Amino acid sequence: MPLIEVEQLSKRFGQHTVLDGISLSIERGESVVIIGQSGTGKSVVLKHLIRLLEPDDGRVIFDGCDLAEIGHAELTDVRRRIAMVFQSAALLDSLTVGENVGLGLKETRRMSSSEIAPIVEECLELVGLADAADKMPSELSGGMRKRVGLARAIANRPEVVLYDEPTTGLDPVTAETINELIVSLNERVNATSVAVTHDMHSAFMIAHRIIMLHRGMIVFDGTPQEIQASGDPIVRQFIEGKAVGPLTTQV
Amino acid sequence: MEPMDFHVEAVGRRGINMVTRSGGMALLAGRFVATLKDIPRSMHLIVGQFYSIGVRSLPLIIVISVFVGAVSAWQAAYQFKFIGAPLRLLGSAVGKAVVIELAPVLSALVFAGRVGAGIAAELGTMRVTEQIDALESLGIDPVRYLVLPRMLACTVMVPMLVVFANFIAVIGALAVSIFGVDISSETFLNGYRMSFQLSDFLNGMIKAGVFGFLIGLVGCYEGMTTIGGAEGVGRSTTIAVVISSVLILIFNFFFAVLLFRI
Ligand SMILES: Nc1ncnc2c1ncn2[C@@H]1O[C@H](COP(=O)(O)OP(=O)(O)OP(=O)(O)O)[C@@H](O)[C@H]1O
Ligand SMILES: [Mg+2]
Repeated sequence: MPLIEVEQLSKRFGQHTVLDGISLSIERGESVVIIGQSGTGKSVVLKHLIRLLEPDDGRVIFDGCDLAEIGHAELTDVRRRIAMVFQSAALLDSLTVGENVGLGLKETRRMSSSEIAPIVEECLELVGLADAADKMPSELSGGMRKRVGLARAIANRPEVVLYDEPTTGLDPVTAETINELIVSLNERVNATSVAVTHDMHSAFMIAHRIIMLHRGMIVFDGTPQEIQASGDPIVRQFIEGKAVGPLTTQV
Repeated sequence: MEPMDFHVEAVGRRGINMVTRSGGMALLAGRFVATLKDIPRSMHLIVGQFYSIGVRSLPLIIVISVFVGAVSAWQAAYQFKFIGAPLRLLGSAVGKAVVIELAPVLSALVFAGRVGAGIAAELGTMRVTEQIDALESLGIDPVRYLVLPRMLACTVMVPMLVVFANFIAVIGALAVSIFGVDISSETFLNGYRMSFQLSDFLNGMIKAGVFGFLIGLVGCYEGMTTIGGAEGVGRSTTIAVVISSVLILIFNFFFAVLLFRI
């Protein structure tokens, strides 16, 4: 049984249909990358996986539970097992970096500060921000904030990590460290990962499987080798990054 | 579209908004009550809100109360002179007005402007910058983490502030009586004591508690449901102050009818 199953998911915002019946399934331990043009609904898909958004049609099933049908307590349990790295980092700006990273441990696992401190330190170290623990989020650069968001997500030792553009806005060296971190979490602790990225290099590095979204539908779902070999003009244009072709940028 | 249709539609939409809003607030109030059992584990959050919402409102409440007391003594004296009432009753009239109406209502209105707006702006900003989504993604219930401490602080702190307001307003009124109206502090305080009833004071506290609850509820609801960036935050803040002020005055009328029987 797949760990995450999305069946015929549709989502509209007002008149605007963002997702038009997409289906996908993700196995335990798998690393899936979602690609697609800006504004096609990649972040919207991720948010459905932890019920930050609710489908207009279709279902999202996590480990056998339909997310729309479970109660408050079960949803909290599911959310403890899935962590999300937000595209905007979404750090709590009234808390320090260290408090942000330890927030889940303190509030949901009810660990004491002395238990939390070493975990926070370790997670910040993993993202290369060992000395930022006492800073406020407003004192950090965009890329640093993003990495704190990543540290916060992994501090809870989740089974599934949803990464929304984890390397966007990072310099190539830091981006590579983050890619390696994602791969190692997947390989070392067998964390299932679902990552949205625009960076094809990082997609090829972390993905077991790549899914491409276009106009609310899935136009490709296959291995990195398959996508390299794909003859589909939309897919080809995207992975080669050409301005001319069937994809256009709507302004 | 014909102008007429447009109006009907606008009025209809406003009606629907009001229904959704009342329903949403009722739900939030229910969820607040359900999280009361989590008070012990949320103590660290609650203490912080008691301080920032309650204690830090004290200077403002003190300033307005001095002047509320002072102006009510002045205006009462003005009317007493006009109708020829004996000035030894000045303390009675001022005391009653302050205890049952002026202290609870004016404190609550000022509190709505300071704290209700602050809550709506803070939670609204957290909503539009996905900080509330982030809490939920960590398995933290935003109602327990954000709403419970704020609503509790409002409900408890408004009555506390009203105690201060009562006390300070008497000092303001006393000062005006002595220096402006020229009656002795003894005369004023005797009058005050004569009309003072504990039940009035307690009813004033009950009102204040309900006003505090409403301010917290409206501020939290408007904040949590904010959409649309900085402009949305501004809108929520304004609406929170408007709705809670109107509710305070409407509820106040019904309290008068229910608690202070003629
Ligand atoms: N809360 C919302 N309310 C209204 N519309 C929304 C909301 N969230 C997303 N949308 C719309 O849904 C569409 C998809 O948004 P989404 O953020 O998923 O794009 P994306 O694929 O992640 O793009 P990017 O690569 O730029 O992050 C956009 O057109 C956006 O306007
Ligand atoms: Mg996105």
